[in-house]
Amino acid sequence: MLEITNLVKRYGQNDPVLKGLNLKVEGSSVVSIVGASGAGKSTLLRCINRLVEPTSGSIKLNGHELVNLRGGELRHSRRRIGMVFQGFNLIDRLTVMENVLSGRLGYVSFFQALTRRFPQSDIDRAFSLMERVGIAHYADKRADQLSGGERQRVAVVRALMQEPQILLADEPTASLDPKTSQQIMSLLQSLASEMSLPVLINIHNVTQARMYTDRIVGMRHGQMIFDGEPKDFNQDALDAIYGGIESPEEDGADSGQQASPAPEATA
Amino acid sequence: MTPGKTAIDANSGRVWKKPPFIANPWVRYGLVAITLAYLYWAFSTLPFDWQRIAEGLPRAGKIFGGAFPPSFERAGLLWTGFKESFQIAFLATLLGVLLSVPIAVMAARNVAPLPMYILGRTLIIVSRSFHPVIVAILFVAAVGFGPMAGILTLTLYSIGFVAKLLAEEIEEIDWGQVEAMRSVGAGYMKILVYGVFPQIMPRQIGLSMYQLDSNLRASAVVGIVGAGGIGGTLMNAFGRYDYDFAFAILLMIIAIILVSEGLSGWVRKKVW
Repeated sequence: MLEITNLVKRYGQNDPVLKGLNLKVEGSSVVSIVGASGAGKSTLLRCINRLVEPTSGSIKLNGHELVNLRGGELRHSRRRIGMVFQGFNLIDRLTVMENVLSGRLGYVSFFQALTRRFPQSDIDRAFSLMERVGIAHYADKRADQLSGGERQRVAVVRALMQEPQILLADEPTASLDPKTSQQIMSLLQSLASEMSLPVLINIHNVTQARMYTDRIVGMRHGQMIFDGEPKDFNQDALDAIYGGIESPEEDGADSGQQASPAPEATA
Repeated sequence: MTPGKTAIDANSGRVWKKPPFIANPWVRYGLVAITLAYLYWAFSTLPFDWQRIAEGLPRAGKIFGGAFPPSFERAGLLWTGFKESFQIAFLATLLGVLLSVPIAVMAARNVAPLPMYILGRTLIIVSRSFHPVIVAILFVAAVGFGPMAGILTLTLYSIGFVAKLLAEEIEEIDWGQVEAMRSVGAGYMKILVYGVFPQIMPRQIGLSMYQLDSNLRASAVVGIVGAGGIGGTLMNAFGRYDYDFAFAILLMIIAIILVSEGLSGWVRKKVW
């Protein structure tokens, strides 16, 4: 269970990007977080695994406080939090298998990591997960030779190799074509239920959020303004989240954000 | 900005010129004037003795005359010299490149904490600040004549070059891969091995090849001041007025540089 209370993140002296956010995710639900660029979605996700340092507040994963962890403790907690990125962030020049096994880096010794001598159980797990998502035949191919959808599958498997207690996905389908992005979304959905894993997905595509997730959280200006089931996510909620946003200028503060396909009626 | 339809007629005949490189005309023409004045002063004060140049030319001609035909009679000496030069270059490259990697990591702002960064940059600046010949003179004085001084000199020279370029390469890596490794809970060293080194690997190999090539060339130069290798052989040949042998050495150097340049270019192209 993930429990976020009163989370604040401020970059420098600017207006806070997250303004006292509260969020509770229980069990194995798939939660999508929607909102315009700069709403703080990316920052929220990155605060959870501490790629971004929260300014104040509390984040608890299964009762374990994540804010203020340092050094080894932080690394120990991170290996239980899987993350999938928009740009896949695979190690391009390493093989698919090495990329998958890198999900175990938090568990193996430096020497094992350097010489690629991962425990047999890790290799077995890697093969069975790769077979599950259909990339096992690419094991010895270099990661940059794969297509976008295949790369995102590798990234998902890498995250699952961590034996995570929660999976974070930061716009996992934004760099993919519509069909592939649907495949990735349904993969995340079914993996979540197979492994009874809570999944948090930042997503711009509202249609996909409705289709593939159990719960939608809407954010605007660093605050949660919608939280409910997809069937309750109506036009009013959509307007509240995206409405009146004219230009991307006003949200330059969130450095984690990328391109925004949010409805923009300008130009 | 202008309304569309009539704009084409109304705006015809407008002049456009590339904006000058230096906007301020006083600075622009002032710089030209200063450069010209300095050139005039420099040429008028330097002792250009045309007499000596005129006398020197025939002497140079005589030396070149003596150099023909090049003599490969003492091939044994030539071979020993080159073997030593190659050993110096190879060992220095190996040592230099190995030491460059940690120094480059230290000197890359995105992966090193500030005190480390300053130390790393200082090491690079120190090893870059002197020409290898000056460093060779120092090392010859310190460890005596011979290849040892040459190896130390060229190791330092390699560090200065390879570590600097490698550090810049590290500063330009795709940070997403590092973030991914941080997010799986990897520590600093594991992040380096997985998130950083694969990204700089082609550059690393290319630089090593280039440095081997460059060290081979430099090993001939540092030999002249007594740091071993073919340079020493060349210096001796000149000292004894064996211009034909010296010319043979020079031809060999050119041949070897050509081969090594071709080879390193080929290797660099193969690595991706």
